[in-house]
Amino acid sequence: MTDTTTATVDNAPAPGTPLLQASNVVMRFGGLTAVNDVSLTVNSGEIIGLIGPNGAGKTTFFNCLTGLYVPTEGTVTYQGKTLPPKPHKVTQAGMARTFQNIRLFHNMTVLENVLVGRHTRTKEGLISAILRGPGYRREEAESRAKAMEYLDFVGLANKAGTLARNLPYGEQRKLEVARALASEPGLLLLDEPTAGMNPQETRATEELVFAVRDRGVAVLVIEHDMRFIFNLCDRVAVLVQGQKLVEGDAATVQGDERVVAAYLGTPYEGNADSTTPEENQ
Amino acid sequence: MTDTLQIRPEAAAAPKPAIPLPTAAARAVTAAGAVLTAAAAFLSWTYSSQFPGDLTVTGYPGGLQWITFTGGLLTLLYLLVGYGTPGLRGLAPGGAEGTTVILAVGAAATTWFTLIAISVELGGLANLTTGGWIAGIASLLAVVGALGLPRDGQHPRGHGLGVLLYPGKRPDLRPARPLHAAVEVVAVLLTLAAALGVFAYGVDTSYPELFAGFLILAGFAAWALNRSGDFGRLGEIMQRHRVLASVGAFVAAGLFPFTQTSSNAEANANLGVSILIFAATALGLNIVVGLAGLLDLGYVAFLGVGAYTAALVSGAAGTAFNVQIPFWAAALLGAAVSGIFGVLLGAPTLRVRGDYLAIVTLGFGEIFRIVVQNLDGTSGPNVTNGAIGISNVPDLNIFGFDFGSAHDFGPFSIGRFANYFELMLLFTAIIVLVFARSADSRIGRAWVAIREDETAATAMGINGFRFKLLAFALGATLAGLAGTVFVHVNYSIVPDTFQFAGPTPPNSAFLLAAVVIGGMGTVSGPLVGASLFFLLQAKLSFLHDYQLLLFGITLILFMRFRPEGIIPNRRRQLEFHESQTEGGQEGPTPELRTAEA
Repeated sequence: MTDTTTATVDNAPAPGTPLLQASNVVMRFGGLTAVNDVSLTVNSGEIIGLIGPNGAGKTTFFNCLTGLYVPTEGTVTYQGKTLPPKPHKVTQAGMARTFQNIRLFHNMTVLENVLVGRHTRTKEGLISAILRGPGYRREEAESRAKAMEYLDFVGLANKAGTLARNLPYGEQRKLEVARALASEPGLLLLDEPTAGMNPQETRATEELVFAVRDRGVAVLVIEHDMRFIFNLCDRVAVLVQGQKLVEGDAATVQGDERVVAAYLGTPYEGNADSTTPEENQ
Repeated sequence: MTDTLQIRPEAAAAPKPAIPLPTAAARAVTAAGAVLTAAAAFLSWTYSSQFPGDLTVTGYPGGLQWITFTGGLLTLLYLLVGYGTPGLRGLAPGGAEGTTVILAVGAAATTWFTLIAISVELGGLANLTTGGWIAGIASLLAVVGALGLPRDGQHPRGHGLGVLLYPGKRPDLRPARPLHAAVEVVAVLLTLAAALGVFAYGVDTSYPELFAGFLILAGFAAWALNRSGDFGRLGEIMQRHRVLASVGAFVAAGLFPFTQTSSNAEANANLGVSILIFAATALGLNIVVGLAGLLDLGYVAFLGVGAYTAALVSGAAGTAFNVQIPFWAAALLGAAVSGIFGVLLGAPTLRVRGDYLAIVTLGFGEIFRIVVQNLDGTSGPNVTNGAIGISNVPDLNIFGFDFGSAHDFGPFSIGRFANYFELMLLFTAIIVLVFARSADSRIGRAWVAIREDETAATAMGINGFRFKLLAFALGATLAGLAGTVFVHVNYSIVPDTFQFAGPTPPNSAFLLAAVVIGGMGTVSGPLVGASLFFLLQAKLSFLHDYQLLLFGITLILFMRFRPEGIIPNRRRQLEFHESQTEGGQEGPTPELRTAEA
């Protein structure tokens, strides 16, 4: 299990420039510090994993990155520019995300979902939509072609006309990825993309994430499935109780005592007072 | 996918008929009942000509008898379809038996409504002649026969009386193969002509009893045509000939004043133009409510803004500014001012969601009315002439065409209200175009995405606030446009017209109900809903005191039995009747899906 990573890590040299730089991000809700002084860098061409026990602040950190929350302290820059704290502007800048609990537009068709994803890359306004000039038609046709291409990429092209809510679970996950990709991001953030999937579907998701990376899109992924994470990621950061415990390749993380302690607890003989309470993993 | 779940009428073990009769006997009884019902319309039903429509004549149907006659013939028609009569087979793809039951019940309902109305108004059953009794019994006979027909369609399990009498749900139909293009074009034109005919007849009904009878049969017939699958098939054909259908619909609507030749042609044209104004405003509201999912309870205020703007620049006596600008400029100005008010209202209020927005808009609607009331020179500057309102708004005169007087077109004389009807039809066409095109575009998709899940929509790069504001402003603009015609049609304008709820349209509650009952997010839904609501309150004026009560009951019934509205949006139909359409999924992990949910 530990060695499956090396084969895949080799072909991802990740020489790229830093895409996303989060430095010293702190997020407090009243007296609760959900994210405490976390720094993380994602370079282009990389797949970075973010793991941690439940309640460690992974999703909160994600929300700080994508503009849903404004970090109390610290900065988040994308391609050297500070990200505006508005989700739609973050997407505009080039970061797209999926959600932990799938948030598709359930009563729109599969194709329409992806077309909504194209929103930031199209610019026809109300007037041109009403007048339907040649420019509008061209852009709409182009948009549809691109959307079909993304659906084809995730393997949903034959379901373009189905309502999103009628897709099986695994395909809803795929559609979320296609919708996020439609905004032509440089960095894709996946929040637990394999939650609730069986091993075959998890395998397929793995393939999909590699394929996304091969399109030149960097990926930051939150996951609980360790096999999935260590197969996939070039680097893994571990978040425990809001703090980044360790960051490194699979071997480093798996060898780190503190990570083991965070997930499994310390041996009974150890100093019980200083361990973290999360033992339910 | 859903095909696997589809229950074909012949494949499913159909439940037994409600009344155990041999099929041949059931057919014979139904046929006899239907023919007799239709024939009885030619008899006299009462002794006294005091009942409106004069039902005393033998040999010629009058008033309500025509409706019974139609009901009998329709029942007979679908009975013949079910019998497999050559040339009629394609008429009921969803099953003719259930359709026959509905039509027979409809015919009986109108007939008995008539008989009861006669008895009540003239005082006692003694006023019914043998002809009346024959009609009543024959119509019941048709119902009994129809209930003995073999059942088709999907039936709920159970033993209750309701289950026994329920005519079944139409099985899901696969799309039919296209017919010959010429046949389809003819079908579209015939449908439009029929729709115009039914609408014109309904508007022209001159006494409440006739309208009520008409409405009963029309309701049952609509149900029957939906049950038979004919509406579905026609919808497919219309979809294939969309341009012809929509242009044809407007031409048919434009012909409406020419169908009104009776003495109350002007009153009917007035009804028509009021319906159009109401419907166009409802369509604007549909952008806000149906597409963007923002509940606006003060929408009628935007109609008021447009109307007052147009009135103030119409040169009417007693207004604050004594100016008169051409109507095209006034219309644009009214729309623009209304749009600006939409932005002014939306900018602060659209930051709240859901119920809060509803309350804020409700407040705005009332504020508008009260402000207008107080701009009377006493409580504030004199702009709107207060509660007295602006009267004597002059008639329009566009390119020398005087809207105030009648014009002759060949044998037809087109009066004042008919002139405005044609003008408003043009405006409605513009509003329909704006609605349809913006709904089916990047903008419309963004609106629907916001309605579905605002968080996900913003994560897709949609500026939620901006697009909600756009929906608000566009809706307000369209209402303002309708308002500019409204004020000219009605000569005058008073603030009390623009209430939240009241017995007469337009008011915000009626507009919202027209959208919701008609069908949110569709073009035709609000048009149908608005026509229905307006006709109901105009024709059944004797119900005036109970109107709001009935209105509330109607809303509750609709929410219970048909929450997607009369004309469902494809999406919303799937949303509300998910269990019937979703079952037949192939998918690797159904258990996981349910576990996740």
